[in-house]
Amino acid sequence: MSDMSNDTVRLKKEILVRIVKAFLSDSFEDNARLIPFDMRPKGCEVPYRCCIYKERAALRNRVMAGLGTTLENDDERHTLAEFVRRAVNRKRPDKDVLTVLESACQGCLPNAVFVTELCQGCVARPCVNTCRFNAIKFINGKSVIDQSKCKQCGMCMKVCPYQAIVKRIVPCENVCPVGAIAKGPSGLAKIDFDKCISCGKCVVACPFGAVHEKSQLIDVLVRIKSGMKVVAMMAPSVAGQLPCSPQQLNTALRKMGFYDVWEVAVGADVTAKNEAKDFMERMERGDKFMTTSCCAAYNELVKKHMPEIKPFVSDTHTPLYYTAELVREKYPDSVTVFLSPCVAKRQEATEYDTIDYVLTFEELGAMLVGFNIQVAKCEETDFEQFASKQGRGYPLTGGVAESVRFSLGKNSDKVKPFVVDGINKMSIRDLRRYAKNGACEEGNLIEVMSCPGGCIGGNATLNSIKTASKAVNAYLDKSEDLNLD
Amino acid sequence: MEEKKIDVKVCLGTTCFVMGASNLQELIDSVPKRYGDKVEVTGVPCLGLCSIDWKFSKAPYVKVDDDVIKEATIDKVFAAIDKKLGNS
Repeated sequence: MSDMSNDTVRLKKEILVRIVKAFLSDSFEDNARLIPFDMRPKGCEVPYRCCIYKERAALRNRVMAGLGTTLENDDERHTLAEFVRRAVNRKRPDKDVLTVLESACQGCLPNAVFVTELCQGCVARPCVNTCRFNAIKFINGKSVIDQSKCKQCGMCMKVCPYQAIVKRIVPCENVCPVGAIAKGPSGLAKIDFDKCISCGKCVVACPFGAVHEKSQLIDVLVRIKSGMKVVAMMAPSVAGQLPCSPQQLNTALRKMGFYDVWEVAVGADVTAKNEAKDFMERMERGDKFMTTSCCAAYNELVKKHMPEIKPFVSDTHTPLYYTAELVREKYPDSVTVFLSPCVAKRQEATEYDTIDYVLTFEELGAMLVGFNIQVAKCEETDFEQFASKQGRGYPLTGGVAESVRFSLGKNSDKVKPFVVDGINKMSIRDLRRYAKNGACEEGNLIEVMSCPGGCIGGNATLNSIKTASKAVNAYLDKSEDLNLD
Repeated sequence: MEEKKIDVKVCLGTTCFVMGASNLQELIDSVPKRYGDKVEVTGVPCLGLCSIDWKFSKAPYVKVDDDVIKEATIDKVFAAIDKKLGNS
């Protein structure tokens, strides 16, 4: 989940707001170019970095990512105005959804386990005796780790009676569940996109805010401005992300120029029914379990790292897929924009022609601030399409499994749901085991969500899980059950 | 005579909410016990401070009686309340 008390998150949002305001101003190019100077004017205090120039360089990189630029290919000689022109004129967004800001990356010291001065040189010496790699020796009466032998297993840390042994971590590397981000030859973080599953965990983990989503704000704003039929598709997790109801947000989006607004819960209802059917067929043919298929980061994980579990993943498409299909059917000439709690969905969108753009909730929030819209004062506009309580419940942990269970009707007792509440190294190990054994002792319908807490814990959310889930539940209370006929 | 309560207003306008007031909602839901009934916290629609102060972009804003807290966090709000109560 995006941490609301984190200064890097604040900075990112402030920059996105400034980009929107610049877009709406008389001179987008000039005002975008000035953002780093407006934020760090001459003589201002330097809150984070060594000097004002370094601050501005990092802010410039953030503006570029906010414009959707791939910083890895950045030609530093161009002005921000040039990047604005490219953003305005590009036909398609760059591939790969994340980018590393070199000027913001600290180039953290590499991962290592080492002994601090708290070591008392005790007689028991459990560290030496526990190390299976013979990496610890006593030198001058203190324990010392030979880094060339240490495998960073952490056993010595556990056994030290003084807690004198610590692990220094590189936050992005440490949090990445698939080893896709690591210090490159320059010492700065580098993403291997052949491995990356776009889960966004590194974006949240980096305390320097050096990993950034490539925003598609400008692509969307340009298309709205040119009068195209831009249709917003709101993820069910949007309930509770802003101080308003989904119906008020419908109005707010129309005020900003969206042609129509759909709930993706509409597509979630289709997913629920198809997945229930899929589940029954699999159980009848003797399968021991099935996993859900709506989390974009999980689908990438399966594709890139865990092909062995693919036969157990439901063939059902995601709620977004079905919603976009329906929108295109109604408006063949529309530009479709998904409003998303996470960056992973941007990766999913690149796979389907029906999904043109994805804005995260942070970007949606920035847009509303930039347009100066008080969502709480907006009238309510009802949605044209029916969405059920079960479809709207998708963003809560267990919500997807519950929708499948409900859709099974009289067969609902055949389901034993189990939730993988967050993809990490440990849950990946468990999933591999289920695939290998062809069975899962915990249940037969496994709901896999990359983010703990489900979609309301997405990497680009605006609200805490606690208050957001309250709002989602309040919305469910007002909703009707899925029609199973 | 009854003592006047400290009046805490958490701005829940769009700007404040997006910039972090979402985090302050917990204050509204549960005022810490140690303040007893000396403090009242409410969420209010846009206080209008962002439109005056935007170029400094100090949202989210919270008002503790008449004092404006910029870039408000739960800790900053507590500190302001404590100061008023003479607890600091």
